[in-house]
Formats: sequence, C-alpha cells, structure tokens
Amino acid sequence: MNKILYKKQLSQNVFSMVLEAPLIARERKPGQFIIVQLGGDFGERIPLTIADADAEKGTISLIIQAVGVTTLRLVNLNVGEYVANVLGPLGHPTPIKKYGKVIGVGGGIGVAPLHPVVQALKAIGNEVKIVIGARSKELIVMEKELRVIDPDLTIVTDDGSYGKKALVTEPLKEACETWKPDLAIAMGPPIMMKFCAATTRPFNVHTLVSLNTIMIDGTGMCGGCRVNVGDETKFVCVDGPDFDGHLVDWDNMMLRLGTYRAQEQEADHRCRVGLNK
Amino acid sequence: MHQTREQLDVQAKEILGKFSYDTITMKERMGIPAQEMPAQDPAVRVCNMEEVAIGYTENQVRVEALRCLQCKNRPCVQGCPVSIDIPGFIAKAAAGDFASAISILKDSSLLPSICGRVCPQEVQCQLTCTVGKAKKDIDQAVAIGRIERFCADWARENNAEPAMEIAPATGKKVAIVGSGPAGVTAAADVRRAGHEVVMFEALHKAGGVLVYGIPEFRLPKAIVQKELDNLTAMGVDIELDFLVGRTRKIHDLMDVDGFDAVFVGSGAGLPRFMGIPGENLVGVFSANEYLTRSNLMKAYDHENAQTPLFHSKKVAVFGGGNVAMDAARTAKRLGADEVYIVYRRTEEEMPARKEEVHHAKEEGIKFLMLHAPVEIVGDEKGKVAGVKLITCELGEPDASGRRRPVEIQGSEKIYDFDSVVVSIGNSSNPLIKQTTPEIEVNKWGNFIVDEETCQTSMKGVFAGGDIVLGAATVILAMGQGRKAAKAINDYLAAL
Repeated sequence: MNKILYKKQLSQNVFSMVLEAPLIARERKPGQFIIVQLGGDFGERIPLTIADADAEKGTISLIIQAVGVTTLRLVNLNVGEYVANVLGPLGHPTPIKKYGKVIGVGGGIGVAPLHPVVQALKAIGNEVKIVIGARSKELIVMEKELRVIDPDLTIVTDDGSYGKKALVTEPLKEACETWKPDLAIAMGPPIMMKFCAATTRPFNVHTLVSLNTIMIDGTGMCGGCRVNVGDETKFVCVDGPDFDGHLVDWDNMMLRLGTYRAQEQEADHRCRVGLNK
Repeated sequence: MHQTREQLDVQAKEILGKFSYDTITMKERMGIPAQEMPAQDPAVRVCNMEEVAIGYTENQVRVEALRCLQCKNRPCVQGCPVSIDIPGFIAKAAAGDFASAISILKDSSLLPSICGRVCPQEVQCQLTCTVGKAKKDIDQAVAIGRIERFCADWARENNAEPAMEIAPATGKKVAIVGSGPAGVTAAADVRRAGHEVVMFEALHKAGGVLVYGIPEFRLPKAIVQKELDNLTAMGVDIELDFLVGRTRKIHDLMDVDGFDAVFVGSGAGLPRFMGIPGENLVGVFSANEYLTRSNLMKAYDHENAQTPLFHSKKVAVFGGGNVAMDAARTAKRLGADEVYIVYRRTEEEMPARKEEVHHAKEEGIKFLMLHAPVEIVGDEKGKVAGVKLITCELGEPDASGRRRPVEIQGSEKIYDFDSVVVSIGNSSNPLIKQTTPEIEVNKWGNFIVDEETCQTSMKGVFAGGDIVLGAATVILAMGQGRKAAKAINDYLAAL
C-alpha cells in the first residue's frame, strides 16, 4: 500500500503525484519505471515512469497522463488515499557517464522521465541541451525544473501557443547540424521518438530512446513487451527500457501498442461514463 | 458417453455394498473396476471457467481405495518425489477415516489438494502401481492422485486440517524469493523449525504459477488461496510487489536486513520464442502472457476485468506440453471458434499429461501433429493472418530419447489463423544472476545447486523449482523446496 502524499493537476488530463514508496525511492535510478495495480481481483497492471524520487523522504513522483481506465482511476485518487500495488524500480537505469555533449528531447509527459536523466548527466559534467515539446502550452510540464539544467531550454508546440511553432525534430536537427551532440536522448510518444531517431540518423548521433510498451508483470515473465531491436527480439522490461533508437522497429512497436485499442476505447468510454455520475 | 457424478456415485455405492474393508480378498480388490473421475459435461464446460474434474464422491473414493493391494514393497512410494506413505493414506481412505488419511498425506506433502490435481501421477506413483502393471494398463492403476485430492478437499471443507506445530522461535530469519510451489513448501518447512520467514512476491498476488499460469478450470484459485492463508496463519509474512534483484538485492537482504539464509524459487523466467519470422506480429502471444491475462488478471470476466483480451477466432498453439493444453483450452473458453495444437512430433511424444490431452480433445481442441511452424504471416495491418507450417516425419531418437522430427522439404503450406500462442517453454530470468554474480548458473542461466541440499555457490543462498530445473512440474518444485528447507534448517542450526 502506497500513500498518496501530494497531487496536483497540471493540465486537463496531466497530473503530478507523489507516493510513499521508501524501498523504490532508495533503489531507483534515472531511467527506471514502476508497475501499478490499483487493487482487487480485476485491476490491470500498467507501467509508469518515475519522474523523480527522494530517498530520504522515501517518496517517488510520477507525472501521469490520464488516458486509460487505470490512469483515470489513479488520478481520481486523493491525497491520503492509497495506491494498492506499486512494483519497482524496474528496468535497467540509463547509463550515466561522460558523453560530452548531450541533447535531451522530451515530448508531452515524456519530459518527466527525461528530467532525472539529464539532471544526472549534467551533474557528472556533460554539456546538456534540452528541447521540450507538446501539442499546446498547457501540456508543457516541468519547464522550471529543466531550465535549472539548461537555461537556454528550447520549447516548441504543435499549435504555436507557447515557444516556437514546430515539432521537436526541428530544433533537434538544427542542433545536430551546428552543436554536434555526442548523444541524443528522446523520451515521449513513440511517433516522436521514431522521428527523433530518423532525424539524428544521418548525423550518426547515437540516440537513446525509452520505450513504454504493453506489459503485465514487468519482470520478464509474460513477454508482452517485446520489440524488434536490430535483428533481435528484446523485452522492454528486462532488456530496456532504453534502446538504440536507430535499431528499434518503430512501426511494429506501434502496431503492437495498438493490439487492444478497440477494447480499450470501449473500456475508456465505460470508465468516463462512470466518473461523470 | 458422459456419465454424471450422480450416476457414477450410484455405481460405486453398489460395489461398496458388496465388500467389507476387513474381509476383502486380493482377488476381489483386483476385480473392482477403476473409478471414473466425474467431470463437467464437455459441452457445458467450454462455456465456463469452473473446474472440469469435479472430484470423487465419498462412495467412489472408498471403492477406488479398495483397489489398492497394500503391497509390502510399496513401489508407488518410490515413484513419488516427496515419498508420501501412499498405501498408508489409501488404507485410511478405504476405511472412511479421512482425518487420518490427510494427516498421513500432510506428513510428506504440504499441498495435497494442489498435487492431487496437477501432479503427473501417471509418470510417478501410478506408473509403478502393481495393479496397473498386473493389468498391463496404466489407466487401470489405482487413482492415487484422485484419492489424495478427495482427502485434501474433505479436510478443507470440514475444517479438519491437521494443525502445524511450530518450534519455539530461534531468532533466525529466512527470506523466500517467490511464492510458487517451491517457495510455499520451503517457507512452511523452514517456519515449522521456528525461524522467522518472509516470502517475497513480485506480483500483486501470491501463488506464482499456481495463480498466474494454471487455469481456474484445472486448479481453482480459492484452493491456492486457502493454502496461502494456512501459511500466513503459521506466521509466514508474505510481502507482495517486491522484486528481489530490483526492489532489494540478495546482498541487501543478507547484509543489511538481517536475513540469515535465502531460498530462491523465482520460477521459470522469460518465455521462449522460436526465432521464426513474424513472431512479433499483433496476435502472437507467449503462453505465459495469454494465461496470465486470463488467470491472474481475470480477463475472462469481461464485465469486471480491466485487462483486455485479444478477440481470437482461430488460434494456433505451438507446443505439446501441459501449458500448451492449458492455453488451448483457455482459448476455447474465451470464445475462439477453432483451436489447434500444432506439434512437430506425434501424440506419443507429447509431454502433456494424457488426462489433459483427453480433456482437450473432449472440448473440441484439434491436433495438428507432425507440423512445425516456419513463419507467421501477417496482414497489411501487422496482424496475424496465417501460419506457414512444414510437415515432419519421425527420425532417429534424439538426446531426450524421443524420436526426432525431420522436416520434409517442400511440404510448407500456409494455414489461416488469427492468433498464435507460443508454448515451447521458458528460459531463465536474468535478473538475480545480473545483480548477484556470486551465484553460478549453467549455460541456460539456471542456478547450479548441490543436488542434496539445493545450496547455490553463494553462502546461505539455496534455490529450487524452475529457476534450477528449467520448466518442470509443481511436485518437483515442491520436492526441491522441501530438500532446500531441510538443508536451510541444518545450516541455521550450525550457525
């Protein structure tokens, strides 16, 4: 049982939450994730990235976009209530070492897991440039925190309501041409990561992406999270979540993410109907 | 013809009336017909998740127990991985003294209600049974497993489970990693010796493969829960949502958290795939995923469950083991019109239990023998559209002693399917070996342990079950859990 200590609505369906989870807070490293199940016999298990953690206070913070049944139920819990099951930290941490110049690209709530990674990379002496993007202004999260790491942070929005009207790939390409990064890290929706990888490929910039596929147990047992990486099948939960973006078979991964779309839409409808009662 | 439980009971009652337990002769025992296990009508059961085998009636169990010859040399006991006093408990069952029967069972087996259901008795105790041998038919052996199940169910339903005695507290602490059959057995035996026991489970529910893998229709989850409740009542602390290796490493458990010994029963690990084209198409699942969705996540309950299921019409299950049968029968219950077991050898070589194969056939599962998958074919949306299979013939026996399937070149053909469940076993989970390099593993990643003590190469760390054996059975896992517990108790006594 993990107590909710803090909750704040950041935009229409994006929430920030802090949970009591002392063991996870102590062990987790940037890049790792958790699996949440809201209790009872029927709740599903979903992976969520860890945005931040405080080992001393024993807390982890999450940025949650309410897009499905479980995330909707989760953000409807209040401070003082409990999240029944939280498992983690899962996956390999992002390798934090001296690369030289690193560009971090975050899209939507992908900005949240990007934060601890770029923070750790900066702390050990990498030069860090950050690009964040979202559909519109109210979906831009954690700007203040990221500005601490890169005061010249680039912001883009699809509709131009904040920052520059562009996709994140535009400033990424510019940076590849002029700033010449040694490493790119992209975290966000699959389609964004796919195009970030396509953008850096001609420049031979090694590009790490953090994948968030369908999972049940998160420990390697079910194999539902598998992706084609190069010529191999990899399990995101035990081999990832970070992979070389140039080797990921994005189209297959996106098709697999859509395996249950019809059922999810029906369930989401039922759930929202229930919430509005 | 399908016979109802009532019909079978009437027949048994009649037989029982003819004999007295005290005066029955050997010849008379040999003449009693084997009692059929009452089961749900196949036509009905494919539409529900309830248990297929309903269990003997009291009359039936007493009749079946009378068939036991009470052999002096007890070949059945040698066939049992945990050496249950089989003639002993059967004699009590024949006399209708089920309380004594369960107490004999529990001396050797912690989980008779589970073993009675899922053990492969036909290759263990029943294989060596004198009655079956005399009649030259394994199906005529005394149905030891069914009698075991009856006694265990009787005890549960009548609140007559023998109390577990627990030795005075020793002040020693043992961590059990994983709450499946190996872990549960080890936990109980270590706890009985008076040690403090904490069992760590990664999932949100305890029970391991008994809960996520084996379907409700073969092993009701309420029975597993009862066994876990017994464990809790003995004072074993079960910590859910705790992945040893990630949440806490074995080193931390031992060096920081004060555990004196650790038993790792973390199970099978990663599902194996075949490495053929198309394996990551939409509609291809590992048996683990397919079964976990249905069993652990209860996705078969469409109304309540939040975990979605893929809507399949025509399913191919690759593999011929018990897990393949479970997946095929689950697919049928989840609404598939046609389900095929695709296996590259023949039924003779299939590792699944005969009873499971029989039940699957009764339920309309089709068997495509001597066919091996070559490719899974997708449609323009990346979904499974068919499976390319090659025909095989049997060649010379291989290392396993089974005749090797030899592909017949040029015999490939594409069959229409919309889903594939891959059930060809598991390879080991890399997590603990990654985080605990002192533990030596073999080339498949399974822990190397001392055969007698189940001790690993790391001091104070023992292991058993699938993490050691690869994919094995519940009873073998329990056997190792028991061995390891004994060794842990000895180890702690010497500390």
